[in-house]
Amino acid sequence: MSQDDDALHERLKAYEGKSAGEGGRGPDPVNDPMIRHWCEALGHPAPPDGSAPATMLQVWTMAGYNGPTGRSENYLEMFRLLDEAGCTSIVATDCEQEYLRPLRPGDELVYDSVIETVSPRKTTKLGSGHFITTRMELRVGDETVGTHRFRVFKYAPAKARKSSEEAATKAKRPRPVVNRDNAGFWEGVADRKLLFQRCDGCRTARFPWLPGCNSCGSQEWTAEEASGDGTVYSYVVMHHPPFPAFDPPYAVGLIELAEGVRMICNVVGVPYDKVRIGMPVRLEFAEVEDDLVLPVFRAEEAV
Amino acid sequence: MSGETLPELRIPVTRKLIVGGAIATRDYQDVHHDAVAAKERGSPDIFMNILTTNGLVGRYVAECLGPGTQVWAVKIRLGVPQYPDDELVFTGEFTPGDDGTGQVSVVGRNRLGAHVTGTVTVVLAEEARE
Repeated sequence: MSQDDDALHERLKAYEGKSAGEGGRGPDPVNDPMIRHWCEALGHPAPPDGSAPATMLQVWTMAGYNGPTGRSENYLEMFRLLDEAGCTSIVATDCEQEYLRPLRPGDELVYDSVIETVSPRKTTKLGSGHFITTRMELRVGDETVGTHRFRVFKYAPAKARKSSEEAATKAKRPRPVVNRDNAGFWEGVADRKLLFQRCDGCRTARFPWLPGCNSCGSQEWTAEEASGDGTVYSYVVMHHPPFPAFDPPYAVGLIELAEGVRMICNVVGVPYDKVRIGMPVRLEFAEVEDDLVLPVFRAEEAV
Repeated sequence: MSGETLPELRIPVTRKLIVGGAIATRDYQDVHHDAVAAKERGSPDIFMNILTTNGLVGRYVAECLGPGTQVWAVKIRLGVPQYPDDELVFTGEFTPGDDGTGQVSVVGRNRLGAHVTGTVTVVLAEEARE
């Protein structure tokens, strides 16, 4: 955190405990038409006793079309400080409400609110700024009927994010991790050969490359070149989350080679949503980046 | 007593629901009804306001436990935004307490992840108590 951030936070913290608005009054008393419209839009069942749904609480405090009024000078000042510091955007993050009794048509709400806390500068995916928590107490006459704690993040937006396409063209694919157990496989790929292992003890084929045989435990093996014929044993389509260098949606196939071993690989030459189990595929090598060659499988039939 | 898994509620989130919810909650912030303004503010599209999300949490509880259920408290935290042309899928678990009270833990997920996570404290209607 920079000194400027510290200094700003000190100034913001001074507002903690101060009023955010006193003597607010709901523009309308609790009423049937607003309850009905709210239930209709949200698909909420109407409470059988004619009361307002509890989670409608904040609605009765909303100023409506012409925006908020009745906020305290403290609150406005604090927001001006934040605006001047570049924290011009706002998003609600948390809402905690208690309902002490159901609200019924005719109830006229009054409310006061207090600035509870202002966080130090925080950086989120949206940008960098401060969390502000206010607590509102709602009354009908002298009776407290509910409380409403509301947290917003007031922030300077992070620079507009690059589209995923732009990111994909810039970012590089992850590199294979080559170690002494699998080096032979990657040497094969460099020579445009797909190599799997066959156990010298029990003749079981295996992939991915491992030092010992799963069937008999032997550590003796010989590399064999795959013919390149295979079928789609299973597959998934990646939609989300996006990873740098990959442009979803794309199909990830589990390919069963003619020799019986299976490997995870891209399926190419067919749209992602046309990949099917049992589809015959044929090995080829794709130069996906200047210094990165990978085996891929191309669908054999036009689909 | 361990929790009881509540049925899933799938809510198709249309532009109409986001705008209708914003207006029914008297929230006229442009990011909830004006896609052009939302883009200028760095959002790819309009998104649901927290008052609608809060109301939908209430709807989930009312649909699972009955419309006569009294809600005493709701605590929610928003995660990923809720954009239109998606589905908001609520799942939850009900843990009964004493005298017909209980707690519902609820999550509403969309294709980007968890949009809302929260807990709701309720008192069941007389006829819904076992």
